[in-house]
Amino acid sequence: MRWLRLLVILLLFIPASHAVAVQPDEILADPAKEARARELSKQLRCMVCQNQSIDDSDAPLARDLRILVRERLQAGDSNSQVLDFLVQRYGEFVLLRPRLHWRTALLWLAPPVLLIGGGLVLFLLARRRGRSGAIDTTTPQGGALTADEERRLAGLMKPDDR
Amino acid sequence: MTPELGHYALVLALALGVIQSCVPFYGAQRNDPMLMGTAVPTAVAQFVFIGISFAALTACYVNSDFSVVNVFENSHSLKPLIYKISGVWGNHEGSMLLWVLILALFGALVALFGGNLPLTLKAHVLAVQAWIAAAFILFILTTSNPFLRLAPAPAEGRDLNPLLQDPGLAIHPPLLYVGYVGLSISFSFATAALIEGRIDAAWARWVRPWTLLAWIFLTLGISMGSYWAYYTLGWGGWWFWDPVENASFMPWLIATALLHSAVVMEKRNALKIWTILLAILAFSLSLIGTFLVRSGVLTSVHAFATDPTRGVFILALLVLFIGGALALFAWRAPLLKQGGLFAPMSREGALVLNNLFLVTACMTVFVGTLYPLALEALTGERISVGPPFFNATFGPLFLMLLLAVPFGPLLAWKRGDLPGVAQRLMAAAGVALVVMAITFAILRGPVLAPLAIGIAVFVIAGALTDFAERTGLSKGRLTTSFRRAVGLPRSAWGTMLAHLALGVTLIGIVGETQFGTERIAEMKPGQTVSISGYDMHFDGMSTQQGPNYRDQVARFTVRRGNDVIGVMEPSKRTFPARSTTRTEAALMGRGFSQLYVSLGDVSASGTLAVRVYHKPLVLLIWLGTLVMVIGGTLSLSDRRLRVGAPKPARGKPAMQPAE
Repeated sequence: MRWLRLLVILLLFIPASHAVAVQPDEILADPAKEARARELSKQLRCMVCQNQSIDDSDAPLARDLRILVRERLQAGDSNSQVLDFLVQRYGEFVLLRPRLHWRTALLWLAPPVLLIGGGLVLFLLARRRGRSGAIDTTTPQGGALTADEERRLAGLMKPDDR
Repeated sequence: MTPELGHYALVLALALGVIQSCVPFYGAQRNDPMLMGTAVPTAVAQFVFIGISFAALTACYVNSDFSVVNVFENSHSLKPLIYKISGVWGNHEGSMLLWVLILALFGALVALFGGNLPLTLKAHVLAVQAWIAAAFILFILTTSNPFLRLAPAPAEGRDLNPLLQDPGLAIHPPLLYVGYVGLSISFSFATAALIEGRIDAAWARWVRPWTLLAWIFLTLGISMGSYWAYYTLGWGGWWFWDPVENASFMPWLIATALLHSAVVMEKRNALKIWTILLAILAFSLSLIGTFLVRSGVLTSVHAFATDPTRGVFILALLVLFIGGALALFAWRAPLLKQGGLFAPMSREGALVLNNLFLVTACMTVFVGTLYPLALEALTGERISVGPPFFNATFGPLFLMLLLAVPFGPLLAWKRGDLPGVAQRLMAAAGVALVVMAITFAILRGPVLAPLAIGIAVFVIAGALTDFAERTGLSKGRLTTSFRRAVGLPRSAWGTMLAHLALGVTLIGIVGETQFGTERIAEMKPGQTVSISGYDMHFDGMSTQQGPNYRDQVARFTVRRGNDVIGVMEPSKRTFPARSTTRTEAALMGRGFSQLYVSLGDVSASGTLAVRVYHKPLVLLIWLGTLVMVIGGTLSLSDRRLRVGAPKPARGKPAMQPAE
């Protein structure tokens, strides 16, 4: 329960208001660099908040990170260099979009594998059923109905059949 | 006295729940109508007693009885009445009480309106429903009792979290809970069918209205929550892929899949096992959602409960119900034989495809939400899975699904003609391509945006094509078409509207995310900031006193060209009881678009930090969900959906012999 306690501690530091995140004084003069900074900020986690990017958070740490990102950009770093720098300093936890790695392979591969695997299963099922030919679908399965139930069912299913 | 009354009523409800869990179930095994018959009065009485309990807690809140711990911690005597009432479920204990109240309400509804259900099925359904109810009442009584007293009684309460003092909170959780808990009915029906080892098309007819009802409320609840976040959190975000949001979104995705597969089961007697599994999964995900939110495992914007003993208790319930139901499924499902053959290219095939995509999308959200927890528990390594991940995975999946949506309703049952359908959709595709080209030419945005707009238009035009074909509008003759449109079954209207609404919502999403603009500025009174052709003039600040807060209001006059089009007054609201401040954003609608202003801090030099957004077409996001709800409601009102619904102009039913 170590992590749980950690979360409780973190919870105490959450700012009460979610006001303006990016402060006017942080903004870079160069609009292109500023746009890149904003783009990067959206991919970085505010480490003391619950699931907020540093772009959305007004916690002091988020502000420090935003300024740090801008400093790196000013120094001429590329986007990936900035991310590398932050990962080196704060660990993978800072990235909201985890990098592909054996530890995150399951995470990234789950959607395509499920979609393709599911599609394959469906395809095979359809082929098997197609080959096994027509099955009698008119008799009810899972135990025969009693005469009373047959009557009820007939009455229930009567209104409409489009 | 009142809290003790509520406490006692809850204990009685637990006793009734235990009786309802056992007696009808035993009666069904013995085929004893009298024992099975006990399910109905116990279900109704259980609801009445939980109702009394809930009313008692509400009375404590309204009367500001601070001798009750729960009221002391979450209320304040100066709070407006509506927030005193909504405060009842603005905390862990009260919200769990609301949860079981709704659970019991659904049980009572099945008991009262399930007159045409076979006796054993009804007994089984209500017994399963009572298992869930009894377990959760026990949870409340042992770990989260809202009726505990405090002596001596404090003079004043600690007030409700200011973020939650909002009309949005008054309605968002109840809506969401009706959706969450409503899925318990499909779960109970599925479990009952597995216990009986028998299932038929009529089963699907019984289950579908309940699922649809739950789906409608879930849709409304999620949409309300999203709008609430949009205007309260102060930066205009409307979806954060927050674990708590995901917790409500996953049951929605599965419920949507369930609605579609139940259609196949009802019409074609196919996909039975799959439908049962979805019914189990939908409620299981609701339970997981409850666990995630209530246990405090994932602390996030919404999670206001953090107590491990509760977490362990809910986890045990989770294992019991989900594990039990899945084990039952593994054991009994092979007994249910599949029926109803169909070619892959058919309406059934399209609905299977829909299910494949929805379930994959749901699993993506599931894995993304729980992966960091699992990884940390196993390796101790911490990673974050945030919006960029979900946008990159869920987004493409859903776009692919939407591309397929127009084809489904046009395909015939059993064996469809795909080239034929593609031909019928030519006009829709043409319109979509033109709109896509225009969007690209005018806005020059990233390629993804026009593509998504094109898909959205295709979905809308596809729904309209379906409408035109069904009413014969495509062949001219307006009067015939009008008559036919009136005569269309309501469920057909429901399908068309819900599908059309998906396109509408997508346009809103693309508009807001791809074409929105933002200005951040330090302003002094008298200065102006411009955004997307609007000029916002900062007139000045003033202070206003509310019942339990103080507002610092900034006034902006908005001009377009030389015309004044309105005034916007965002504010910072301070609540002295918890010494917290929250921003109240100001919103101004311009058609479907909105201007959004929120305030930051006042700097030492006296300037005010201001954030202004122009959010094009943002209202379409929620308009779309509302249209979905309207579609669902129309479909629900279709009498054909309800088995044995009373036909008009029919004589009194013959007297039944006493059972």
